[in-house]
Amino acid sequence: MNKYKLKYKPLGSIAILIEWPKIIDPEILLNIRLFRSKIQSDMGEFVLETVPAYNSLTVFFDTGKIKYYLMVKNIKAIYEIKRQKLLTAYKLWKIPVCYDDEFGIDLGLMAKTKKISKEKIIQYHSSTIYDVYFIGFLPGFLYLGGLSEKIQFNRKLKPRLEIKKGDVGIAGNQTGIYPRVSPGGWNIIGNSPINFFDVDQHPPCFVVAGDKIQFIPIKKTEYNKIKKAVSAGMFNVESEVYG
Amino acid sequence: MDSNILVLSAGMQSSIQDLGRKGYRAYGVPISGAMDKYSAILANKLLNNDEGMPVMEMTFVGSKILFEDHTLIVVTGADMSAKLNGSPIQLNNVYSVKTSDVLSFGKLQYGSRAYLGVKGGFLTEKILSSYSYYEGITRRSIIEKGNRLEIAIYDDELEITSSKIKVKKSHFNTEKLEVTKGPEFNRLAKDQREFLFSKYFKIDSLNNRMGYQIVNKFPPVKNNEIITSITIPGTVQLTPSGKLIIMMRDCPTTGGYPRILQLTDIAINQLAQKKTGDLFKFDLEGSFSFLSRLVSKFQD
Repeated sequence: MNKYKLKYKPLGSIAILIEWPKIIDPEILLNIRLFRSKIQSDMGEFVLETVPAYNSLTVFFDTGKIKYYLMVKNIKAIYEIKRQKLLTAYKLWKIPVCYDDEFGIDLGLMAKTKKISKEKIIQYHSSTIYDVYFIGFLPGFLYLGGLSEKIQFNRKLKPRLEIKKGDVGIAGNQTGIYPRVSPGGWNIIGNSPINFFDVDQHPPCFVVAGDKIQFIPIKKTEYNKIKKAVSAGMFNVESEVYG
Repeated sequence: MDSNILVLSAGMQSSIQDLGRKGYRAYGVPISGAMDKYSAILANKLLNNDEGMPVMEMTFVGSKILFEDHTLIVVTGADMSAKLNGSPIQLNNVYSVKTSDVLSFGKLQYGSRAYLGVKGGFLTEKILSSYSYYEGITRRSIIEKGNRLEIAIYDDELEITSSKIKVKKSHFNTEKLEVTKGPEFNRLAKDQREFLFSKYFKIDSLNNRMGYQIVNKFPPVKNNEIITSITIPGTVQLTPSGKLIIMMRDCPTTGGYPRILQLTDIAINQLAQKKTGDLFKFDLEGSFSFLSRLVSKFQD
């Protein structure tokens, strides 16, 4: 597991921020995931929650039970253990997206600027398998890695006041899905009828860091059908298990 | 049978808060919870409640509340000239209220946020192990006129053995907010650090449960975006335009700006009682002993 030189920093007095090299890399995602699961299993009685991001893992711990320096020492020791069995299992989620003009309101501008057809943009966007690095910003907002360079597109200078729930967007080298209505500067290329956050489900988000997703283009009629099924609680997102 | 209160007027940004929604950050769910935890906990302690029971948070302008059942109440935090049936009542003092009693508030005397505690706590919906209101998580994100809120049933005799508590004025008017170094503190040049610890900073009108913006422009910083990483309440972020934003209880779980300082929990409570135009200084010295303790042991 000890393949990177990590930095350990206090985050306030309640957490330890562990930092990996400052790059976005699927190998780092895997390493963070493995370390996270080992910390949870080996130090469970002291750990309150663990929060991954692109190149960091934050461990909130019970300061009443263990001192900061001792927690760091134990965690460091866990990282140094050489383990052969790697945690590689993940789910690939198939996320239906309707890229019709009605939803993909910025596809036209992107196609014109990039000098490629809308169909090509959709094809690039939906043929990639994206890594889910972590969930942050809003409840159920997935940080995805792997957007094709061919369709990377700068954030809008003037953010829209309202981006709809389910809108699929592109900002720089990132693509993502808005789990709820929010202001935002992303270029919107489609909409997914899926709920990414539901307080009545446990856990509230069906995707976890380390999973992968693929966008499946659907027609408006299919979109409406899925939307109805989702609101009736009758739709299961298709997934494949790997590893 | 339930016990309830009826909201006759909403006040400003009033909401139900406990000590936060813990354990769901990895799903992007903010911590939330009372902005001034000290005052929320004090309300519960005075009522002999568990310290994490849900209380009502009111900001600048208090709500007007009709009690539909009898219970014990206490108001802590900011002084908003609380009145029970029109007669002034004291902060940090437990009162018994009867059916049809009305609690109202008047002029804000000091502080920004007041807390109403009731015996046994508010029993509004508990979502993801917390009562704290948050848009998209709880059905209500703000208390509105006409809302009927459930409270714990209180059947005992309305006898009060009150120990009067005096809260230090410094909780509301301190100019020093204790901080520790944030993860990107070391990116700051010497003159920037001097700026940070010599100036008084002024709170911008953009301040709410999510964060407080600061009026003073910070000297430009090169290379000042980070790969998106964690933010927690009290994190001080420096934006590319040189603006400082102090994250508060409802802040997003992640952010993309350098985190140059981190307020202690006490400092967050104190900032929660400040308002637009108030001045303060960042106090790294105050927390120095704390940090050096951490680091020296850690380096062993």
